[in-house]
Amino acid sequence: MPILETRALNKWFGGLHVTGGVDFALETGEMHCLIGPNGAGKSTFFRLILGEHLPTSGQILYNSHDITLTKSYERIRHGISVKFQVPGIFKALNVAQNIQIALQHHVAPAELDHEIDLLLNFLNLKPVARQLAGNLSHGQKQWLEIGMAVGLKPKLLLLDEPTAGMTPDETFATGEMLQALNREGVTVLAVEHDMAFVRQIAHRVTVLHLGKIFAQGTIDEIVANEQVAAIYLGEAHAQ
Amino acid sequence: MALLSRITSILTLLEGPQTLGRGRRFWAGFALVVAAASAYPLFADGYDVGNNVYFFNWIFMALGLCLIWGYGGSLSFGQTAFFGIAGYAYGVLTINLGDAYGLTLLALVAAVLISAVCAAILGYFLFFGRISGVFLGIVTLSVTLVMERFISQTAGPEWHIGTARLNGFNGMGAMPSLTIPWPGGPIVLFPDVALYYATLVLLILVYLGLRVLVNSRFGNVIVAIRENPQRAEMLGYDVRKYQLGTFIIGSSLAGLSGVLYTSWGNYITPASMGMTAASLPIVWVAVGGRSDLTTTLFGTLLVLIGFQALTIYGSQYALVVMGALLVLTVLVAPRGIVASAVSLASKRWTRKKAQSGEVS
Ligand SMILES: Nc1ncnc2c1ncn2[C@@H]1O[C@H](COP(=O)(O)OP(=O)(O)OP(=O)(O)O)[C@@H](O)[C@H]1O
Ligand SMILES: [Mg+2]
Repeated sequence: MPILETRALNKWFGGLHVTGGVDFALETGEMHCLIGPNGAGKSTFFRLILGEHLPTSGQILYNSHDITLTKSYERIRHGISVKFQVPGIFKALNVAQNIQIALQHHVAPAELDHEIDLLLNFLNLKPVARQLAGNLSHGQKQWLEIGMAVGLKPKLLLLDEPTAGMTPDETFATGEMLQALNREGVTVLAVEHDMAFVRQIAHRVTVLHLGKIFAQGTIDEIVANEQVAAIYLGEAHAQ
Repeated sequence: MALLSRITSILTLLEGPQTLGRGRRFWAGFALVVAAASAYPLFADGYDVGNNVYFFNWIFMALGLCLIWGYGGSLSFGQTAFFGIAGYAYGVLTINLGDAYGLTLLALVAAVLISAVCAAILGYFLFFGRISGVFLGIVTLSVTLVMERFISQTAGPEWHIGTARLNGFNGMGAMPSLTIPWPGGPIVLFPDVALYYATLVLLILVYLGLRVLVNSRFGNVIVAIRENPQRAEMLGYDVRKYQLGTFIIGSSLAGLSGVLYTSWGNYITPASMGMTAASLPIVWVAVGGRSDLTTTLFGTLLVLIGFQALTIYGSQYALVVMGALLVLTVLVAPRGIVASAVSLASKRWTRKKAQSGEVS
């Protein structure tokens, strides 16, 4: 059964057709990567799933419930969580507080400090727990952002370029962490440019091009697809 | 047992990342300040003590603005509107009900509740209408000025509620002071030593209560919303509800100031909601340091006392100085003058400590 489904999803920004009739199904328990050239509409697709933008037409279903018009915070409460492309951490709060805000609605007060510690250890952010989040390095900010998304204990985790700016080692570690979460039952949908990372985690890959689903399949199928290479990989190599 | 652990967990929130000051040294200083404030009436004339309660009256409003603006990130010019609403409500209620049986205390609570309800209604349209930033300032200022205009034109005898005449621009007077029923005869809180202590106790309770609030889960969320409302929403928080809650609490504190002021002077005028009055709280809070309760408290007290001292030379002159002070703060110490002084002093202190650590 799909955990997430979009039906004929369309989004226009004025005269710009950014999401063009997307029919997409994400199976429960899957690790799925969304790839596509810059401006393909990947982040917009996420924002539609999150309710930050309302679609011009079409439907979004989550666990077979229509959530097309559901408020964002309610979607989150139902188990969707996101790590944005640009880290949206709370800069003037310390690292532990950032984590606390993600944890405090579902962790009992007595266990809160302990849970915060666990997550900070896991993220390797324990030494900087009392520092302001705004003073962290870019990589640490990424981890904190991922930690906040994971801290919500989501059923569906959306990650918009989770490894941007990370070293290959950090990228690999992120992949392993996501695989560990996946084994615990978390469904993952990630936008990613890093092909090694996609190969590491993805069960299936969807290529978005000009707001439409261009191709779908395993990583090997996608890499072997010459048309995809032309629009996406070609461009990536050209850079 | 459960209650005890509940109380201790609340008490631990008295200090936290959202408030300056922690540990023994801070609380020793706190005790010292409270002791000095408590001892002050012993060394001063009762008349002066009563007069100086005036300064305390405003601090509630400043702390409320600190919560809404400094912690919550919404600049409201509406504090004096709620000050006025509660002040007039107190007047109307007590003139009609009298001061027996503790009815003035009931009127205090009712007046603050009325200002809270008004804040809830205005806040609902503001936050659920997604008005923020400059527009929030403009709308709240407009509401305040409309209130002033409205009350100003109620001079005629047809404007009365029960036996209380609103009196328009002349202001409403002759309402009874807060009166505590007591077995040996009621204690009337005239501007005197008893009122001083009552207000001081209230101030300490509100200050400590707000410290707990901003270090609580609720406080964490409102600060997060100030930093990045979109992210807060994407962590599952109904941002507008939190903003509304903050606005109601902060505005009710302005209402409390309104009641205390009206009872203290047995008088309130529409000018207390005018343009000048509406902008002064912004100056107090900005100069002290809006993102912290303690700097706001001391900043407000300092500015108020300075303003009073300058008024001797003419109130227009004092206002110009206030304006200059605000501009200076924005340019030189945008976090607030008291807040900057505190952080400078603590930096010095840690550097000294580090140096003496090297030597030994
Ligand atoms: N709020 C908006 N208003 C108008 N146009 C928008 C808006 N958001 C996105 N767009 C446009 O929609 C298109 C798709 O943008 P989107 O951010 O979804 O692409 P993307 O696939 O995430 O790209 P990237 O790989 O660079 O992150 C772009 O042309 C962008 O300029
Ligand atoms: Mg994007």
